[in-house]
Amino acid sequence: MYKVKVFITLRENVLDPQGTAVESALHSMAFESVRDVRIGKYMELTIDKTNQNIDDAIKEMCERLLANTVIEDYRYEIEEVVAL
Amino acid sequence: MKFAVIVFPGSNCDIDMFHAIQDELGEEVEYVPHTADSLKGFDGILLPGGFSFGDYLRTGAIARFSKIMPEVVKASAAGVPILGVCNGFQILLEAGLLPGAMRKNRDLAFICKQTQLKVENNTTMFTTSYKKGETITLPIAHGEGNYYCDEETLSHLKENNQITFTYHMDNPNGSLENIAGIVNENGNVLGMMPHPERAVDCLLGSEDGLKLFQSIVRNWRESYVVNA
Repeated sequence: MYKVKVFITLRENVLDPQGTAVESALHSMAFESVRDVRIGKYMELTIDKTNQNIDDAIKEMCERLLANTVIEDYRYEIEEVVAL
Repeated sequence: MKFAVIVFPGSNCDIDMFHAIQDELGEEVEYVPHTADSLKGFDGILLPGGFSFGDYLRTGAIARFSKIMPEVVKASAAGVPILGVCNGFQILLEAGLLPGAMRKNRDLAFICKQTQLKVENNTTMFTTSYKKGETITLPIAHGEGNYYCDEETLSHLKENNQITFTYHMDNPNGSLENIAGIVNENGNVLGMMPHPERAVDCLLGSEDGLKLFQSIVRNWRESYVVNA
């Protein structure tokens, strides 16, 4: 079994209005040193082991559904765990 | 002409769309659930606004994997007129039937108000009843209408004259180049954030949306008669 962590963020060149709002709130808390805030999504997937290559499967999930690659980047971490 | 209004869980402009077609345009219309597997017999397909699947993950992202969507893709390839309004536009983007993506509105607020639009292209099957450059009034109601595409796609949209409507004077949501609506390369799929179906009677504050539906019917009849 695999535990997969997927991280999705807006692409560098895409303006993040949520991040900008949070950044200005942090500034008003006197954390003026904050330079940039980017808000993203974090997902945890538990996946049974099959014959399919796990890396290929996760890539397809990200490309087709979990991320919209027009505006978002993704990365993931795969950890193999023993099923309980 | 017979229209299908696709109903997703969370669609909330389906009834307005139905009313616009049946009562204001005077054409045939039926609701088609997202679980249906055929669009046979329909001459036009309407994807209404709303919050399909609760806008979970991204707007339109779940709806685009509905059972009916492969049929919408097929109809698109066959040249059937397809109109996606608001969430319908977002679904068309996620499905890859139109290029680009939606971001949250620039100022993060959900915006619900009348907007002034400019008809950039009046040669599409959706806009021939308008004059080129005409300013029309349609309402918007969305939190994610901030259209984005990369530079290459944008120049492609411009070259092919695919930008159909732009926000006039005031850009409410920060969309790239004031884009409010675009068509696909073939010109048979239109996605737009403003709601033409909510502007079909002067009682509603504007009837500027009616011409859009009239354009579809007129152009469909012309091609139908020519091909018959």
